Amino acid sequence: MTIRHHPDFASLMCCAAGSQPDAFAAVIASHLSVCADCRAEVSRMQEIGVALFDALAPADVDAAAPVIAMRAGEAEMGSAVDESVTATAREAPAGDVPLPLVSVLGARLDDLPWRWSAPGIWTHPVPLSENAGGELLMIKVGPGKEMPAHGHDGQELTIILRGAYTDTIGRFGVGDVADLDSDTEHTPVACATEGCICLVARDGKLRFKGPVARLLQPLIGL
Amino acid sequence: MADLLRRVAVNGDVDAFRALFRAYAPRVKSYMLRQGADSATAEELSQETLLTVWRKAGLYSGEKGSATTWIFTIARNLRIDRLRKEVAWQPLPEDGPEEASTDLAPDEELSERERGERVRSVMAELPPEQTEVVTLAFIEGLSHSEIAARLDLPLGTVKSRMRLAYQKIRDALEDLR
Repeated sequence: MTIRHHPDFASLMCCAAGSQPDAFAAVIASHLSVCADCRAEVSRMQEIGVALFDALAPADVDAAAPVIAMRAGEAEMGSAVDESVTATAREAPAGDVPLPLVSVLGARLDDLPWRWSAPGIWTHPVPLSENAGGELLMIKVGPGKEMPAHGHDGQELTIILRGAYTDTIGRFGVGDVADLDSDTEHTPVACATEGCICLVARDGKLRFKGPVARLLQPLIGL
Repeated sequence: MADLLRRVAVNGDVDAFRALFRAYAPRVKSYMLRQGADSATAEELSQETLLTVWRKAGLYSGEKGSATTWIFTIARNLRIDRLRKEVAWQPLPEDGPEEASTDLAPDEELSERERGERVRSVMAELPPEQTEVVTLAFIEGLSHSEIAARLDLPLGTVKSRMRLAYQKIRDALEDLR
């Protein structure tokens, strides 16, 4: 997998800080699971957090160090358990759902309960926690199909999970992230042979261009 | 600090843990307060962070980052878990980036400290408006759009300040390689 399009540094900063909205976090985590370069960026960014943390004025802590002598046995047990959990996560079943999402979506994209939304377009909304803003959506677009032209009210983060799409910015293949602002308008066209499956996170609603697409808006649930 | 952690990991050394607790619990509590926890919750989360350190000390590996980085990551993940009740994909790996270990020299302790110092000195010289957005993100836990709303700035301005701040840190760390 050659990754050509990475998230904006600002988006990665938000990830390192742990302050990104739920939906965006899913796309960034999916990208990090396949992109060593961005993992290295995020770990450098974390040093900023560490420097700020280091400089915090200490708060008064009421209690003394917890009595942990009696928990001595727990130390080894705890780490043994954690290691096995980590090991399982790394040997996750061969699938094409990004590792961080497997626990929520299962391992295989083909097994998702896809819902027909419009000719050549299927979707599956990914549930978010109650207080999360924005939305997270799996979108499957048939080979050569065009998504209705749209703009965004807020930020839109997309990661390609299968196939590819092309728009005015370029070609986006598996692992690539499109990190788009509200001023971007685009008409992605799915790859002619494989189509395209992507995970899209948004914090604003889409604005479709043209009367036909606007009529479609309520229909396709995008 | 890395040495204290190793003593906890290898010997289950209670004195070393007490020293870690004294060094870190007050700052973890302060972090949790800034993230919006009330005093009792912040206290609880700082205890829990340090207990996690005790339990997972065996997973800490010095090559992968400083003790503070590791403990801060645990605190970050715990507060996401408790304060925001969000989903499975928010935590960052607590065992650090695997690729970092390969290019570290044997005197990694020193270079680790050097990196930390370099980051702090760059941070000290950041223009105040960049320090402000970075602090709101990392310490107060605000998203970019929350920061934009709080400071009454366009989202694009918040993002470009973030990028500028990071670019300086990044350049400073590049020099060290």
